Amino acid sequence: MTDSTSDNDRNTIVQSDSTVDATLAAAAVTAGAAVTTESTEQSSENLVEIRGLHFTRGRKPIFTGLDIDIPRGKITTIMGPSGTGKTTLLKIIGAQLKPRRGKVHFDGHNVHKLRRRKLFELRKRMGMLFQSGALLTDLTVFENVAFPLREHTELPDRLIRHLVLMRLHAVGLRGARDMKPAELSGGMSRRVALARALVLDPEIIMYDEPFTGQDPISMGVLVELISKMNQALGLTSVIVSHDIKEALSISDHVVIISDGKVVATGSPTRLAASDSPWVRQFLDGAADGPVPFQYAAPDYADDLLGS
Amino acid sequence: MLDWLQQFGRFWIDLAGSFGRSHIFLSRILLSIPSLVFRFSLVVKQLYASGVLTLSIILVSGLFVGMVLALQGYNTLVGFGAEESLGVVVALTLVRELGPVVSGLLFAGRAGSAMTAEIGLMKATEQLAGLEMMAVDPYKRIFAPRFLAGFIALPCLAAMFSAIGVLGGYLVGVEVLGVDDGAFWSQMKSAVNFVDDVVNGLIKALVFGFVVCWIAIFQGADCIPTSEGVSRATTRTVVYSSLAILGLDFLLTAVMFSV
Repeated sequence: MTDSTSDNDRNTIVQSDSTVDATLAAAAVTAGAAVTTESTEQSSENLVEIRGLHFTRGRKPIFTGLDIDIPRGKITTIMGPSGTGKTTLLKIIGAQLKPRRGKVHFDGHNVHKLRRRKLFELRKRMGMLFQSGALLTDLTVFENVAFPLREHTELPDRLIRHLVLMRLHAVGLRGARDMKPAELSGGMSRRVALARALVLDPEIIMYDEPFTGQDPISMGVLVELISKMNQALGLTSVIVSHDIKEALSISDHVVIISDGKVVATGSPTRLAASDSPWVRQFLDGAADGPVPFQYAAPDYADDLLGS
Repeated sequence: MLDWLQQFGRFWIDLAGSFGRSHIFLSRILLSIPSLVFRFSLVVKQLYASGVLTLSIILVSGLFVGMVLALQGYNTLVGFGAEESLGVVVALTLVRELGPVVSGLLFAGRAGSAMTAEIGLMKATEQLAGLEMMAVDPYKRIFAPRFLAGFIALPCLAAMFSAIGVLGGYLVGVEVLGVDDGAFWSQMKSAVNFVDDVVNGLIKALVFGFVVCWIAIFQGADCIPTSEGVSRATTRTVVYSSLAILGLDFLLTAVMFSV
């Protein structure tokens, strides 16, 4: 129905061939259909299912009963104001942080109940792209991408070389193989990190703020890479971002969180048409609204006159 | 008053917390050490970083410490006409005390602080989290090799410190001040016992290496991942290591040499 407008958006940004568009359109329609039932139904369509997640940092509650489904093979974007714990959420999915209550199921496994060895096995199926790239600074670009292969496989050097160069070629940085991470620009480090995250052929890849602080060209490159990799490799992607335009242009499914809860969920077109004040404030970038401009503080007059 | 009480309480709770965390941390490092048998190249790399790169400062300091010992010792001993015992004084002081202690302090300042800063920055730049997400255990890949390397390196460094210190003492005592060559060596040889002095000195160095590496790696991994947090952790490593070395030296000396 309204999905046609989002397809047009995709055409302009991704500029891929018509078959890809057809698949995307189909994906968008199924995502739209899934929205209505997802809150009540647990289906194996979802690679990751988060139920009743509670998390506190110090005394500050970050999540208070979060339910999110991440459908298989789709690009899901999690959005929300800064400080709502979007990065924390990715770390909880990767079991680097333990929630106070609630469950995270990855392909049927409760990630926080697994023994360490099992968890590490599971993590081989996950890729994560950190905001900083998190490249190992003492290794070259080539060795950084080769690192997971050297750690987890016994492959011969020739094969590792092939695999690494293929991944580097896919992100357009085959020529930068001998550079050190310190010599790379921010956009390039993220692309190297993407190559590294993909080298073990994960099922899911999680992007932590992939577009933040990028110039328009690197941003365009990353947007295209994320969407093409998802298509070409049959990945499930989770993007945490507040760059609304870029994120909406490639995602099939959007979740907006605020105040520790999901405030809206659905396809990009559904959200764009939404009249919920939360969604509107976030998508329109209004300074004041359900998310107040002022951080919680005592009464202004009391504060000024009191002391 | 209540505020003060609260802060006082929090200080102790924090201290107990970090004490507990550091012990869990240590036990996980120790459990990871057996896996290094298959990855010994990691340890070799760290031996170079913490051992070989500390060698120059150890050798220079050892030489000067030995030379100063000879000067001071000579001035005292010559009053009793006992300057032939200079070799014994220099050797025992170095092997029993100054070798392990001074090289421990230098090691904490040079290699310990570097370990903390490196690990702290790895944490701040999400490299440790990145490793975990690549299913690579930072305990096995990062912490245990550094720990084992430091533990091996410090006794070697302390031994070299003592050896070059004795040489420095010889240069000043015999070549400059004119103590008899034969008496210098033969008295040293008869007075220094291998097990009681040399081995005990090396045991001290092993203990110091253990403690310094534990403190340095834990402070790096436990730091607040900001530039300020890393700098504080580095300072803490040097301060805590130095205090631990001096305190433990007293205890070890009391146990080893009091009879």
